Amino acid sequence: MPFVTAKSQKHDYDVIVVGSGAAGGQCAYALCMDGAKVLMLEAGRRYNPATETPMFQTPDQAPLAGVGTPQKPFGFYDATVDGGWEVPGEPYVRTSDEPAGRFDWWRARMLGGRTNHWGRISLRNGPYDFKPCSRDGLGFDWPIAYEDVAPYYDRVELLIGVYGSNEGLENTPDSPPGCLLPPPRPLVSDLLMAQRAKRLGIAAIPGHKAVLTRPLDFRSSPARLHPGNVTAQRILAEDMRARAVCLWATPCGRGCSIRANYQSTTVHLPPALASGNLDITTDAMAYEVTLGRDGRANGVSFIDRTTGKPQHASARVVILSASACESVRILLNSKSAQFPNGLANSSGRVGRYLMDTVGSSASGQIPLLESLPPLNEDAADGDQLYVPWWLYRDQHAGKLPFARGYHIEFGGGKRMPGYGTGAAMEWLTSGSYGVKFKQDVRRYFGSFVHFDGRGEMIPNEHSYCEIDPSLKDKWGIPVLRFHWQWSEHELRQAAHMQRTFAEIVDSMGGRTRGPVQSDGAKAIAPGGSIIHEVGGAIMGSDPKTSVTNRWCQTWDVPNLFVTDGAVFASNADKNPTLTIMALAWRAADHILERMRRREL
Amino acid sequence: MDRRTSIKWVLAASAAWPLSGKHAARADPAPTGRGYGTDPNLLAVYHPGELWPLTFTAPQRRLAGILADIIIPADEHSPSASSVGVVEFIDEWVSAPYPASQRDRPIVLGGFTWLNEEAARRCGKGFSDLAATEQNGICDDICEESRSRWRDAARFFALYRDLTAGGFYSSPVGRKDLGYMGNVPLASFDGPPPELLKKLNLP
Repeated sequence: MPFVTAKSQKHDYDVIVVGSGAAGGQCAYALCMDGAKVLMLEAGRRYNPATETPMFQTPDQAPLAGVGTPQKPFGFYDATVDGGWEVPGEPYVRTSDEPAGRFDWWRARMLGGRTNHWGRISLRNGPYDFKPCSRDGLGFDWPIAYEDVAPYYDRVELLIGVYGSNEGLENTPDSPPGCLLPPPRPLVSDLLMAQRAKRLGIAAIPGHKAVLTRPLDFRSSPARLHPGNVTAQRILAEDMRARAVCLWATPCGRGCSIRANYQSTTVHLPPALASGNLDITTDAMAYEVTLGRDGRANGVSFIDRTTGKPQHASARVVILSASACESVRILLNSKSAQFPNGLANSSGRVGRYLMDTVGSSASGQIPLLESLPPLNEDAADGDQLYVPWWLYRDQHAGKLPFARGYHIEFGGGKRMPGYGTGAAMEWLTSGSYGVKFKQDVRRYFGSFVHFDGRGEMIPNEHSYCEIDPSLKDKWGIPVLRFHWQWSEHELRQAAHMQRTFAEIVDSMGGRTRGPVQSDGAKAIAPGGSIIHEVGGAIMGSDPKTSVTNRWCQTWDVPNLFVTDGAVFASNADKNPTLTIMALAWRAADHILERMRRREL
Repeated sequence: MDRRTSIKWVLAASAAWPLSGKHAARADPAPTGRGYGTDPNLLAVYHPGELWPLTFTAPQRRLAGILADIIIPADEHSPSASSVGVVEFIDEWVSAPYPASQRDRPIVLGGFTWLNEEAARRCGKGFSDLAATEQNGICDDICEESRSRWRDAARFFALYRDLTAGGFYSSPVGRKDLGYMGNVPLASFDGPPPELLKKLNLP
């Protein structure tokens, strides 16, 4: 029985995985397919995308036309269950409410975590991204290089299905043949943006997104991913055949009932469950990793949310994949005589060096895109094209006032009308109403374009979290307190984004909506709002200055691993999820190898 | 447009603005209630009034419909706003227990009061009882925020136009009016037609 309660859990698990998202799902998949017995603890409820996803529901069927509210921040139909920047009964503390000094913590309490709703953008870190300090003297190098992770990027792409192209660009890695699925056709707005940006020396290329544009290669990929393991190959081949190709409609953020995009619940967990080696306990809110007298982790304590009572599960190995800040919280709350400041925290670095992505946005209106004939532009729900960072040389030569790069996510097209269609158009319409207003909305529908800059934040001493000395959540678990500060690098980068967006809009013959923000502190999105928070248990080569080694294994406790974004030693502009999965798979392989050698 | 963008659109469309004391909704306490929660059934079809009680009185409903239809009247392409449930949508909006709604509620209710007071001042009647030309006369004076001398009323009108459009274009009729062709499963996505790209001089 794969879904077990606290009572029906077994007592001889090889590994406990805390969390069921990108990291937990990937770890459980890799471990179970190779025969390890795994117990997964998920704080949220069980969730079934096949039966719960509102695929074709329209805004008129939702309350408030489906707009976001604090209870459903990304809209009524967003897949997130019991999640958001505020989770009832699960508070946290901010030391600042100022836009440039605050950190907001996103959580999702559901099986599969935030992979159910994420943007599916799947970019590889490049060689520079693992050795940033060596290039410019800032932040930290990782104890691993691109070459160490590349084979796992290949494997994750083959397993989950990622579309994209190989362009041979600097620090924007190509994938080996057969790894990527073909990218979708660009929209009119994509092609116009690419044509005009090119004149500015800015290259737009196909995005990389975990969406199936054609069936996965169920004939050869299983053998490539699980050489010599016939059972795993059979399970995976069957599962790959059961995933449908994108039907070119419905927003990915709602989840996908036909399994055409990646979410842990549709890609990682089904084959892991089919292996018979995975037990999952949902509504299990982990709060402590318990330590044996031998100094090794011997299990995890959790609150059974269905009863409110504390429970304990035991295993030979514990993996924290609870998301960066939640894993940090569990470590800091796991206090013992040996680790009075939190487990695996002899370095004092647990909670340190939190990073998010630098975010800044702009939109514009493009006359050339007005009054186009009706077109179906749902496509792959955006991200047909994106702009990778293009100023590596200028930056390395010291010609830019900030140290790290950003990429641009671009959107346009005749997307499904809803709340916001026809809104705030006075700057274009002189305040029309009546029949003229209806004509104006038709004219401008599909003529708006949007730019999101996503940039690298350098870790700093002022952005961290710790346990609040007094506040507890509704389960009685001490909560996190966040400190946040950007450096000039991030603020100047955000201002540069704004200028670039304005130049591209201008080159497209359009106008930007609202002012172009030259003050970085006003241009930058608050910490945590891009939901790329990483760091807090960074990997390194020195136990004195890092929490884990190159295998995501904590320096202090040999059978305790952290495989989520907490181990990131830097946060490249590339969206972190693909790297989280690659590192998690790499750690799982390492654990399997050590278990075979009876070292774990 | 990604998910964060749609949030921003909503925030931009319903940006907070202080209403002068006179026209604030004095007797209307902010709605309280739990909303639909953090784990609502996403497959059900919802109607205004099911999740939280509505606000509008009968005269307010009448005025709401008249104003919505001034903003989006019937034309040769599609029917008017009120005929596709926009009044009920706006009533649901101003009655919801969420911050954006609670911000907009006094603006809308205060705006209704202003319209009636202005109509009485100009013509000695309530706004709903004015002739169409008289109603348009008032609307012409507040439809463009940057030029209106009635700043609060102009902000109300801008919000009300956004709400009307939001309700109208969320509906099947609104989608059809704009020629929206998506939200249907396709066997393949072929991109824009070549003749259109040629016309736009795109590769």
